[in-house]
Amino acid sequence: MSARRQALLLLAPAALTLLVLFAVPQALMFEASLGRRSAYGGIVHEWSLANYARALEPLYLGIFARSVGLAALTTALCLALAWPVAWWIAFRVPQRHKSALLVLLVLPFWTSFLVRMYAWIVLLRTEGVINAALAAVGLPAFDLLYNDLAVLIGQVYGELPFMALPLYASMEKLDRRLLEAAADLGASPLRRLREVALPLTLPGIAAGGVLVFIPSLGAYLAPDLLGGAKGVYVGNLVQAQFAVARDAPFGAALSFVLALLVLVAVAAARRPLAAARAL
Amino acid sequence: MRGAIRVEGVGKSFGATEAVRDVSLEVAPGEFVTLLGPSGCGKTTLLRLLAGFETPDAGRLLISGRDVAGLPPHRRPVNTVFQHYALFPHQDVAGNVAFGLRMQKRPAAEVRERVARALELVQLAGFESRRVDELSGGQKQRVALARALVLEPEVLLLDEPLAALDAKLRAQMQVELKNLQERLRMTFVFVTHDRDEALIMSDRVAVMNAGRVEQHGTPDALYDRPRTRFVADFLGMRNLLRARVEAVEAGLARLACGELRFAARDDGGYRAGEEAWVGVRPERVRLLAADAAEPDAHDGVVEDEIYLGDRTDWVVRAAGTAIVAAESARGAQPRGRGEKVRLALPPEAVLRLEDGA
Repeated sequence: MSARRQALLLLAPAALTLLVLFAVPQALMFEASLGRRSAYGGIVHEWSLANYARALEPLYLGIFARSVGLAALTTALCLALAWPVAWWIAFRVPQRHKSALLVLLVLPFWTSFLVRMYAWIVLLRTEGVINAALAAVGLPAFDLLYNDLAVLIGQVYGELPFMALPLYASMEKLDRRLLEAAADLGASPLRRLREVALPLTLPGIAAGGVLVFIPSLGAYLAPDLLGGAKGVYVGNLVQAQFAVARDAPFGAALSFVLALLVLVAVAAARRPLAAARAL
Repeated sequence: MRGAIRVEGVGKSFGATEAVRDVSLEVAPGEFVTLLGPSGCGKTTLLRLLAGFETPDAGRLLISGRDVAGLPPHRRPVNTVFQHYALFPHQDVAGNVAFGLRMQKRPAAEVRERVARALELVQLAGFESRRVDELSGGQKQRVALARALVLEPEVLLLDEPLAALDAKLRAQMQVELKNLQERLRMTFVFVTHDRDEALIMSDRVAVMNAGRVEQHGTPDALYDRPRTRFVADFLGMRNLLRARVEAVEAGLARLACGELRFAARDDGGYRAGEEAWVGVRPERVRLLAADAAEPDAHDGVVEDEIYLGDRTDWVVRAAGTAIVAAESARGAQPRGRGEKVRLALPPEAVLRLEDGA
């Protein structure tokens, strides 16, 4: 068998899966996004860009902006929280303990995300664990649940491992002799971080950033369960168009605008990721 | 005082391993000192203690008269050339060399000028904008050197900097490095496990073994008069013999190694009835014709011939003991295995060696 035929044969299952389960549905959704809603929630296949024009109305642009804001904040907070953890595991922990700590890092995945969001409700609600603890030391209760802060907490919590793992991987590859060399040449700890550690772990930061930013952009569960009635994000908006408003064409158009935002985010991360391959 | 080093009773352990034990060492300003020893002897740890990457458990470290034991690496007046260069892959040649100057916040014009001068010094002028991964091993080595020299440190530390180069380039760099050091009059502390490298380059050599300095002296002093068995062995003294001291008389020690009896000039350390280690360099062993009428010579048989180009080593068994004798290419005579010869050990060539660590 020629190498070419062998390659085709090996790729066929994946290609077929992608075609049937991704390309075809995407094409159908795109077609739907050009149509309009029928009186009973069906799709009228009369093509126009009306749904896209509507998606760019200030009301919806505001929701997109909120989602971008949530995704950006989630990414920044995940980076700030995961960087020291990844650094600690990569550079401070003895080799024999590393794999155990990495398992701990992904341990939350063993439970459904949904269940973990409910756990946050238990923690955050007005009679919840945190407020009970505050009351026990004589502090007043806070409204922690059903607002944007709760959404952010849930989202950061859920995405944290996706930031920590690529960061750890890029730090493991970082030659610590380079840090010694920087110290030897007069760089203080802070400057070693800025001049050597950050630039050389940029690939991990970019990979983690993409892995956190993209799902956060379309976040649905955390806003749905932890968010308030007024705090709509794109994910919930799309879901509501399909399930509540029964306006699939508009929901589809919103999805494609969201996909466009994702492409922009990936493009922004391409340079540091390409730099990674050069190292 | 600038560039002087004083190590006083320094010790360093990693867990149960004592990497450096009670080492004391003095280096004069502008001296080229080599820490020589096999891997694991503590030479690299001692260098890392000087650089500040490790802190000593005991003892004092003074550089230019100042106690540096408590100073972090970035505050010490030393710079290091690392074994595997440790060049910053995200910066070009100029960026690497300029790194230390930028840390000192020097003005851009001064940085540019000093980088250019440093690159000229290591014969890499014009390489400023090259990427590090485009460089050959020798060029990387030079960049690493320029990066450290550009800061004009009081002491330059070099951790096996030539180990990764091929033999020819290494020989060239040895000479270049030595010339550079003499020109700059900078104190160099050089770590290597290569005996020839140490002898070629150094003003003085500290031979290390099991965390201690076994002997510290000029290359010729070490070569001519190794103090311990370890030093003698490491500097290539092929004939190391455990001998019984039968008598000490008239400035000579009468020794016996099995059935082989010979004399050594008494250095005051031989005690009749005790055992002693002695060493003889192969080139000091005299090989004579089988019928030579020399009273103190021994009958022997050639067991092996090791041809080395510029000289030949003969393994001769005399009175049950194998002795290596070297003859320079010009003086060598054709001999075959099993051929009978006579062999003499001049008393002044037999050196008493301490057992060492």
